[in-house]
Amino acid sequence: MRDEWINFNGGAWENEINVRDFIQKNYTPYDGDDSFLCGPTNATLDLWKQVSDLKKQEIENGGVLDMDTRTVSTITSHKAAYIDKDKEQIVGLQTDKPLKRALQPYGGIRMAMQACKQNGYEVDPEIVDFFTEHRKTHNAGVFDAYTPEMRKCRSSHIITGLPDGYGRGRIIGDYRLVALYGIDRLIQDKEAKKNGTRIVMYSDVIQEREEISEQIRALQMLKKLGEFYGFDISKPASTLKEAVQWLYLAYLAAVKEQNGAAMSLGRTSTFLDIYAERDLKAGIITEKEAQEIVDHFIMKLRLVCFARTPDYNAIFAGDPTWVTESIGGVGTDGRHMVTKMSFRYLNTLNNIGAAPEPNLTVLWSTQLPDAFKEFCAKISIEHHAIQYENDDLMRPLHGDDYGIACCVSSMRIGKEMQFFGARANLAKCLLYAINGGKDEITGEQVGPEYRAVEGEYLDYDDVMTKYNAMMEWLAGVYINALNIIHYMHDKYSYERLQMALHDKNVKRWFATGIAGFSVVADSLSAIKYAKVKVVRNEKGIVTDYITEGDFPKYGNDDDRVDSIATEVLHTFIKYLRQNHTYRGGVHTTSILTITSNVSYGKNTGSTPDGRKQGEAFAPGANPMHGRDTNGAIASLASVAKIPFMDSQDGISNTFTIIPSALGKEEDEQRRNLIALLDGYSKKGGFHLNVNVFDRELLLDAQKHPEKYPQLTIRVSGYAVNFIKLTKEQQDEVISRTFHCCI
Amino acid sequence: MKGYVHSIESFGTVDGPGVRFVVFFQGCPMRCLYCHNPDTWVTHAGTEYEAQELIDRMVRNLPFYETGGITATGGEPLMQIDFLTELFKLAKARGIHTALDTSGITFNKENQANFDKLMEYCDLIMLDIKHIDKNEHKKLTGFSNESVLNFLEYLEKKEKRVWIRHVIVPDITYKDEYLLRLGGLIKNYGCIDKIDVLPYHTLGVSKYEGLGIEYPLNGVPQLTKSDAQKALEVINSAIHSK
Repeated sequence: MRDEWINFNGGAWENEINVRDFIQKNYTPYDGDDSFLCGPTNATLDLWKQVSDLKKQEIENGGVLDMDTRTVSTITSHKAAYIDKDKEQIVGLQTDKPLKRALQPYGGIRMAMQACKQNGYEVDPEIVDFFTEHRKTHNAGVFDAYTPEMRKCRSSHIITGLPDGYGRGRIIGDYRLVALYGIDRLIQDKEAKKNGTRIVMYSDVIQEREEISEQIRALQMLKKLGEFYGFDISKPASTLKEAVQWLYLAYLAAVKEQNGAAMSLGRTSTFLDIYAERDLKAGIITEKEAQEIVDHFIMKLRLVCFARTPDYNAIFAGDPTWVTESIGGVGTDGRHMVTKMSFRYLNTLNNIGAAPEPNLTVLWSTQLPDAFKEFCAKISIEHHAIQYENDDLMRPLHGDDYGIACCVSSMRIGKEMQFFGARANLAKCLLYAINGGKDEITGEQVGPEYRAVEGEYLDYDDVMTKYNAMMEWLAGVYINALNIIHYMHDKYSYERLQMALHDKNVKRWFATGIAGFSVVADSLSAIKYAKVKVVRNEKGIVTDYITEGDFPKYGNDDDRVDSIATEVLHTFIKYLRQNHTYRGGVHTTSILTITSNVSYGKNTGSTPDGRKQGEAFAPGANPMHGRDTNGAIASLASVAKIPFMDSQDGISNTFTIIPSALGKEEDEQRRNLIALLDGYSKKGGFHLNVNVFDRELLLDAQKHPEKYPQLTIRVSGYAVNFIKLTKEQQDEVISRTFHCCI
Repeated sequence: MKGYVHSIESFGTVDGPGVRFVVFFQGCPMRCLYCHNPDTWVTHAGTEYEAQELIDRMVRNLPFYETGGITATGGEPLMQIDFLTELFKLAKARGIHTALDTSGITFNKENQANFDKLMEYCDLIMLDIKHIDKNEHKKLTGFSNESVLNFLEYLEKKEKRVWIRHVIVPDITYKDEYLLRLGGLIKNYGCIDKIDVLPYHTLGVSKYEGLGIEYPLNGVPQLTKSDAQKALEVINSAIHSK
């Protein structure tokens, strides 16, 4: 056994690249409570103060502290840089200064230029010239191939958020590999894989060989990045501190190369706990030092940032990076995977305060140890910064070494990746069905010219027939637009470092998304159970609806409408699956809007459920604001009915409850929150964002942002710093259902 | 059997132990000055439900209620005692913990047989003693507290588990004299497991406006949590005095 691996239990992992085997053979499940945890050291507090000051300056500056306009970011583009070198346990910055945003033009030079311009900077003209005239970008490639129909769908907002101008993201490199094996061994493995490709040069084999070569090049650069900071990462890490540092450098290399929409971290805590346990046993570190290393690592993750445009921020509010880390879960052998490190990660919220990043995600199972459940509940109630996803639902599909990319997308680490992009606005699609493919706002013929509805009142069967046809069309345009995007992304902005930290034969999920889910359910319910009269404008386009009588609403555990919701989803995924996908991607979809529910609503006309033109949708799979009137469990029960296998990429539910409705005493509140999470898991619910606060808190933060620099709330699949939201987005959050009682 | 229900709360956390399915019964004979649910007063209104229907609704989400159960509150559930009994009987058949939140005001010797039947299916009684003083009770609710105290006596004999609920209202119940007397009473009952003091609040005022009724306690300030805690300490001091 290698020196660095001394005192580890051996296994298959020694002779093959196999992190899971290493974890299973070596981790120590922890059943105890949080009493072993340590608070922040002085160095931590001091560093965090410096970071907080920078973040404050950034907000005062209008959202950006500094931008790099001259150096195209690569793994080795910037030499070592620090916040305060002597105090930092874990080092490494994206550029030469903290919070200075890198120049990343491979996704699209236009986006890079706009991001600079709108923040008062200008990209070096030579670089602009190079990436315009000599080196094509992903963005340019996509627009060369888009069809006129795709462009129309894009500008009418029936498909929104296509990653055609920047990095696609949602790929998780197995950053742990670098700590466990060191770079040299990984390169050796890749060389062998390259030699093992098929030998007849079909285009897929050529692509594969070129990609592996790029991966090897990226690994060599990563080694160089280590050298800049004085580390020899060609060899495995031999202590906790080294393991965290090696792992972080690998992640840092990924964010230096890619400005992906979501740059998630994976599932690192239990892996790192093995190193912590070994060092603690050997007396090399104390608990306080272990926590300090973790605090400094998390602090670095909070510094990750990208150059974005205000347009982008309107869809994905609050400058998110989705450094998602998955914690907990249960192993396929039945042992839970909670370790002391799971506690230490969550403890960073206590030590350096709440923050939206990293996006801490607890893989919840009813089998998790009680003390850990209790600690999670405590952290949720106090910081409302973590989310829960149902491990009992995902484990049968992904095993016990998967992680969450972005908000809710599960994938096996290093073995699966995804081609993600955008959301189909199913509410707008319903309006297109009613109007024969004409846009209800512009009047333009965007969809196919099918027959519009006739007469004064909507008939359910008639509308459903038309809606199904329109969904079938939309699914086709959507998948094909994504095919172009991912083809071009692989061609012009391939994630060589992240893919170097994957197996050769990865499974690719082809992940679509849906917006307007609850609006559609309620609209169809209104058509079925009430009377909906149409209002047409002078061009004969239906622009408004008069709904007479009451109708069942999604979010009240009422099967009459909940079944409509699940049927629409089932139909849409069926249509998606009819389409060919690039590189054999497996079709999935998610019901997740991030904060785009506001902008989707803005671009969608009035709907038959009584929602007026421009009004926000509910986020993700949430019931519409204020319409879930039978209490929290009825609301959760409706969402839990959505079948996971129809929406395997995730079903996001954001749940807000006032503290007093959770129980009178703190211990009661924790117990009741645990009961809620256990109940939701058993019912097959997928994801829950938990917010525990009063509406008054948000109103006060809106009025006095300076009092709440770190107020973090969960929105849809991620958390945001509340004061970074636009007024419009803040208002939408405030108008959501707060479960309460008197 | 059908009953009149004002509303349902699927996630009740303050009406009994754990997470509870709370059924608010419609109809109440009392007119407590501080009542925060005046919309539950009138009888034969609200929504009619079969007891089975309510249980079905709850049972399909049973995983949420493993730490809790069902609570009947209102209104005054005892006004529909037959419906209540059936509801609890069905709940017990599914192994669900049952809690009754009541003022006990309808209890008397003549209808005791009905209570005997109900008690077969009732795990916990949360008895709301509105006021310890007979006359003050009458002023506050329109009724003497005699039936309430007889009911408590009955529960003691039946060896039921009981929580006492008591709303602490400035000037009305928030007086040492009354709190000590209440503690002195509680002391004599082995059936009582817990005292749940509820600080008076004004969240129900808007309902009065909606119903076009004048709010009787206009101007009485809400009680703070810490004052409620103080009241509990006074009650406890009487319980623990020799």
